[in-house]
Amino acid sequence: MHSAVQRANTVATIAAILLATICAAASFLDAFNSPSLQAHVQVVKINRFRRQLDGNDEVKMTLKMSMDLTSLFTWNTKQVFVFLAAEYETDTNSLNQVSLWDHIVQEKERASFQVKVPTKYPLIDQGTNLRGKKVGLVLHWHIMPISGRMIQGKMPLSNFSLPDSYTTRS
Amino acid sequence: MDRIKFLGDVKIRPTLIQLLNLGMIICSALMIWKGLMCITGCESPVVVVLTGSMEPGFKRGDILFLHMNKEPIRAGEIVVYNVDGRDIPIVHRVIKAHERRDTGEIDILTKGDNNQVDDISLYSGGQLWLNSHHIIGRAIGYLPYVGYLTIIMTEMPIVKYLLIGVLALLVITSEE
Repeated sequence: MHSAVQRANTVATIAAILLATICAAASFLDAFNSPSLQAHVQVVKINRFRRQLDGNDEVKMTLKMSMDLTSLFTWNTKQVFVFLAAEYETDTNSLNQVSLWDHIVQEKERASFQVKVPTKYPLIDQGTNLRGKKVGLVLHWHIMPISGRMIQGKMPLSNFSLPDSYTTRS
Repeated sequence: MDRIKFLGDVKIRPTLIQLLNLGMIICSALMIWKGLMCITGCESPVVVVLTGSMEPGFKRGDILFLHMNKEPIRAGEIVVYNVDGRDIPIVHRVIKAHERRDTGEIDILTKGDNNQVDDISLYSGGQLWLNSHHIIGRAIGYLPYVGYLTIIMTEMPIVKYLLIGVLALLVITSEE
């Protein structure tokens, strides 16, 4: 009456339904996590500010950052991808977002840290608008779960102004 | 009299019912798929991760749920895009976004988390940026491992045929 195949089918179906329910519940509970993180960034030095051969402005700098991302982690968190974006506007572009630095935090214990690093990616403009430009630094994070919905957030940090003229290589 | 059966129409009705059942199952699956396409606004609301370029976040065989709306693409979002001439969609993160004031069009540069360089060499020809029309969808959700079956079926088609054969056999020979 109950063959082995039927039993295997029932077990597999129930297991799949349970797994799906647990995954959904884990993701649902993530929504109740209200993070309160702290971060601070400071531009230590402009390493290079020049006009590239193809005509676009390029900036490389050294940043000093400290942040505490521990409140973003839940038990359903696999990793947190955090990056710092330079955001500014120009005459031709209503918004420019350029990632300067990113990092992957995989464990809650390592979520609070300080670094002093050169920018991972140069700030390159579409044009030559960066001289004297006021640029906002915004910290973005992306919580990637073990299963379920991914959550994004951001926090504006400090602003800084680029020099009025290109610097020579130092 | 009831026992007299013509050889030609033996078991026609049960067979037709079986075929109808099969058709219903296929149609329901199709309806769910098309419904998902409408709700999420993407042509393929679910994709399987094929490469390790987004590790350790996404591994080969994971499934991504996509969503697409008119909201402008912003830095940090994980997007799926097609490059002209290649039919494998690529899942990477936006690291640069420039939105034009006049047209509202956005120039996008993407990069895989696990890659050293950005995707500019992947874009077709001399293309420097992606635009909104290249983007199929944004990744909003994620399930690990589930897609590995699809990868196996694509890379070893014999498994696919075997599976379909077994399933068809089960449906036809089952009593309900």
